[in-house]
Amino acid sequence: MSSNTQSSNKPSTIDLVNKNLAKRYRAEKRFRGYGIASILFGLICLVFLFTDIIGKGYTAFVQNYIQLEVQLDADTLGISDINDPNQVAMANYMGVIKRSLRERFPEVTGRRDKRKLYALVSNGSGFDLRKQMEADPEILGTTQSLWFMADDDVDTYIKSYSKDGKVFTGRTDEMQQGWIASLIEADQVESRFNTVFFQNGDSREPEQAGIRGAIMGSLFTMLVTLLLSFPIGVAAAVYLEEYAPKNKWTDLIEVNINNLAAVPSIIFGLLGVAIFIGMFGMPRSLPLVGGMVLTLMTLPTIIISSRAAIKAVPPSIREAALGIGASKMQMILHHVLPLAMPGMLTGAIIGLAQALGETAPLLMIGMVAFIVDVPGGVTDPATVLPVQIFLWSDSPERAFVERTSAAIMVLLGFLIVMNALAVWLRKRLERRW
Amino acid sequence: MEATANIENATGEKVEIMNDVVAQPNVDDIHETVGSPFCENAKMAMRDVQVYYGDKQAIFDVGLDIGKNEVVAMIGPSGCGKSTFLRCLNRMNDTIDICRVEGSLKLEGQDIYDPKLDVVPLRARVGMVFQKPNPFPKSIYDNVAYGPRIHGLTNRKAELDEIVETSLRKASLWDEVKDRLQSPGTGLSGGQQQRLCIARTIAVSPEVILMDEPCSALDPIATAKIEELIAELSENFTIAIVTHSMQQAARVSNRTAYFHLGKLIEVNDTEKVFTNPEHELTEAYITGRFG
Ligand SMILES: Nc1ncnc2c1ncn2[C@@H]1O[C@H](COP(=O)(O)OP(=O)(O)OP(=O)(O)O)[C@@H](O)[C@H]1O
Ligand SMILES: [Mg+2]
Repeated sequence: MSSNTQSSNKPSTIDLVNKNLAKRYRAEKRFRGYGIASILFGLICLVFLFTDIIGKGYTAFVQNYIQLEVQLDADTLGISDINDPNQVAMANYMGVIKRSLRERFPEVTGRRDKRKLYALVSNGSGFDLRKQMEADPEILGTTQSLWFMADDDVDTYIKSYSKDGKVFTGRTDEMQQGWIASLIEADQVESRFNTVFFQNGDSREPEQAGIRGAIMGSLFTMLVTLLLSFPIGVAAAVYLEEYAPKNKWTDLIEVNINNLAAVPSIIFGLLGVAIFIGMFGMPRSLPLVGGMVLTLMTLPTIIISSRAAIKAVPPSIREAALGIGASKMQMILHHVLPLAMPGMLTGAIIGLAQALGETAPLLMIGMVAFIVDVPGGVTDPATVLPVQIFLWSDSPERAFVERTSAAIMVLLGFLIVMNALAVWLRKRLERRW
Repeated sequence: MEATANIENATGEKVEIMNDVVAQPNVDDIHETVGSPFCENAKMAMRDVQVYYGDKQAIFDVGLDIGKNEVVAMIGPSGCGKSTFLRCLNRMNDTIDICRVEGSLKLEGQDIYDPKLDVVPLRARVGMVFQKPNPFPKSIYDNVAYGPRIHGLTNRKAELDEIVETSLRKASLWDEVKDRLQSPGTGLSGGQQQRLCIARTIAVSPEVILMDEPCSALDPIATAKIEELIAELSENFTIAIVTHSMQQAARVSNRTAYFHLGKLIEVNDTEKVFTNPEHELTEAYITGRFG
């Protein structure tokens, strides 16, 4: 080499370097370009995804209500004693609502037309009225102007109607459209924030279907998963990193943990069915069982990230602790774990975020059942957000389309919150020094 | 060149005849330490120490005493086993799975490799300062207070404060940090960090302090401070220090031990080692012909 540069007819080293420099810079520019292109591609996909979901789903956050003058006379309702809760519960609320609809549109006569008229409001309106009656028995015998949820077909129609351009008539017919127009003209239709969507469990009727049940189911399932997988995962990681001898058994365990992280989640579902439901006879559809299944799935992720975090603790800190006579446990508890904690938490939250979006294993253990009641604990039958999305996306009613997208938004919201939490926790714990 | 030839020689892979100006003895033939490795009032007494990393032997037949309140410097070319030997003295080598120690190592007559002996109190008695300053990512106060806390030296805040203050004073760091005891120890300068580590070590009042190249990451001024400190500490503590700087060894130590390829070649009074070494290898090293 050195003899080459010294011979006279060869260009000097600096000339060669300069000649190559331009080429090197070009290559570097290309290299950077590839990176930017991939990021752009990812961003574009993300924008498409979000515009599609938000465009379809934002209307689910409002719901149209129809105003009716309801005569709450005791005779029609069939309440002779307002203090008898049984009577108040069983009263003919739907009857008075139907009557007020007939009075609002007296021109409707035929039986079939009347049925179409009644279909303007949600068939859960009677139930809503009962709740109002129970809350305030004074209204018995008065005439009240009350708002009732529009039926899902009507709601979808009004929403498309108020959006200019294409009107989506759906299952409403011309007669109903005329009534709706007249109601809108009289300012008897109002669009409100859809609180029902966030307060109710699932329902066959789209306008009464809500996401609360799935949210609570997801929360309880995540709680079980976190409480089980984090301590178990950290304990396993600490043992493997700090105590386990390096031999072929621990190698085998290590290989298996890495393999488990790649096992399709549905397999864990089958395992859950076989072990928790088959062997231990646990009931189906419980967040407890779902959480246990997801724990199996999340553990490898948590163990791997915790081990990496523990490994990243500088050896000098361990030596410092041991050097002044800390026992191994003190070294781990006082120094290694606090320093590894941000990494372990990040791993746990990423694992949990994965588990939150997991559908297949939960289908296996029956969390796909149609459950109306909002679960109150880990032992109440429940479904979870992604399964709810799956269920709704499968429903024929048009109004479920927007609810599906809205549920996806809620799920994405949770994921974003969890990831933000991971970042925040890491920053906070690291910023200490 | 000579040093490379020697290393290959010891690993037994290739034996090269050295073409050095002075013909040096083959290290394989050296079995005796010249000079005075032993002393009367030994705080630590090591005999026939062998250390293996797996199959590879790193220390051969080392016998050495460290006298009470004495400063022993260990010098020698890189890779000769100084750190390995030093780390045997408080069983820090236990943390290396493949490391095996044989022979007799005694602290005041007690075998420190006795399987029944607990390393936790041993390390409280024989503290260690490392090459790179390694304060905990905690406050200055907590760094110093950590040892006393885990050993349960005191439960009272006032007493702990006092221990922290005296330790920092002994490490001549107190004046620089007394106003910011709660700020992170990792925020100090390199030299301050090393003195913090020394304060942390002496806070548990060890009997022996082991120092592995404590100044190698420091500038001359910080080094001078630490050297001054070592001289002061030797009034109360017994110190074994590994160093690459012969000037440092000459300045701080009473006796100097010269290691070569895992063997202890010569131990003598520091002055004698640097003015009139007994062994040819020692002479070659201190005159800078290899190492
Ligand atoms: N953890 C280890 N595993 C295997 N071999 C080791 C280990 N630590 C040290 N050795 C070997 O033991 C020998 C002595 O190493 P040691 O670190 O004691 O040298 P040293 O004298 O401290 O060198 P330096 O002055 O460079 O710090 C070297 O040959 C080294 O390769
Ligand atoms: Mg060393």
